[in-house]
Amino acid sequence: MSGAEIGLALSVFLACAVEAVEALTIVLAVGTTRSWSSALYGVGAAAVALAAIVVALGPALSSLPIDVLRVLVGGVLLIFGLQWLRKAILRAAGVKATHDELQTYAEETEAARSAGGLGGGFDGYSFTISFKGVLLEGLEVAFIVLTFGSNQHHIDVAAAAAGLAVLVVAAAGVAARAPLARVPENAMKFAVGVMLSSFGMFWGAEGAGAHWPAGDGALLAIIALMALAALSMTSAVRSRA
Amino acid sequence: MSRVSAFFAGAWEFVVGDDWRTALGVVAALGVTAALAGAEIAAWWVMPPAVIGLLALSIRRAVSGRRQPGVSPDG
Repeated sequence: MSGAEIGLALSVFLACAVEAVEALTIVLAVGTTRSWSSALYGVGAAAVALAAIVVALGPALSSLPIDVLRVLVGGVLLIFGLQWLRKAILRAAGVKATHDELQTYAEETEAARSAGGLGGGFDGYSFTISFKGVLLEGLEVAFIVLTFGSNQHHIDVAAAAAGLAVLVVAAAGVAARAPLARVPENAMKFAVGVMLSSFGMFWGAEGAGAHWPAGDGALLAIIALMALAALSMTSAVRSRA
Repeated sequence: MSRVSAFFAGAWEFVVGDDWRTALGVVAALGVTAALAGAEIAAWWVMPPAVIGLLALSIRRAVSGRRQPGVSPDG
């Protein structure tokens, strides 16, 4: 496995794990409060929809000429990654509130209790809330799997890393039987933002015709530079807050 | 709003978010890179300072926006 492929797998794993933790909180809330079977049907339906998106769009993206693919996907990945990184920096600096899984769980549980209409059979509320939660959190992962995977021509590696992250988070959720509030979500989002921005910059510039000194080796320097810049910005914002 | 325009509005919000200036800056930096590379001038050095500069400006806008009551630049 090359360095770029390890970076691909690690980025997708971290991004998927973060989103899976957030989706798990929603599924736990409706499953515990109302109906586990209906909530799990919702999870399954959303997983099928996400897989269909990846299967439908993956080959289309991979068939583009490599320079067009790199400048388009690299540019979009860079813009998308800078969004993640900006929010992670603002959260780490204390300017923006961090995601609180326990609070989200309490809110979702209260909403599920007050929704009413719980009968003995299939529960539409549990299905819908689980489906929406998993689909919305999973869309970002599907996007990362598609962009990273198509550029590396390894959508299979990206999809496997995403699947592994879901299994790890689901196993942790079953073991804990509670929201995974102690997962360092913002640190993981920070790392993902650095990786997405770095890969996006590397591929975008290559697609535009630039040649990086040291070829693929430049990627490591770019990741280090982006991490250093983001940490410096966090420190600067925190000291002024 | 038609379904097509709703789809594009959703895609824009998903990828670009609420900071279109950063997206525009990335496109401009890639354009400069392509122009230099097309003229056979070394172009790899354009993106790193451009991206770091765009991120710093985006953070500054978000922080200064938060200090003004009623302004919420970041979702």
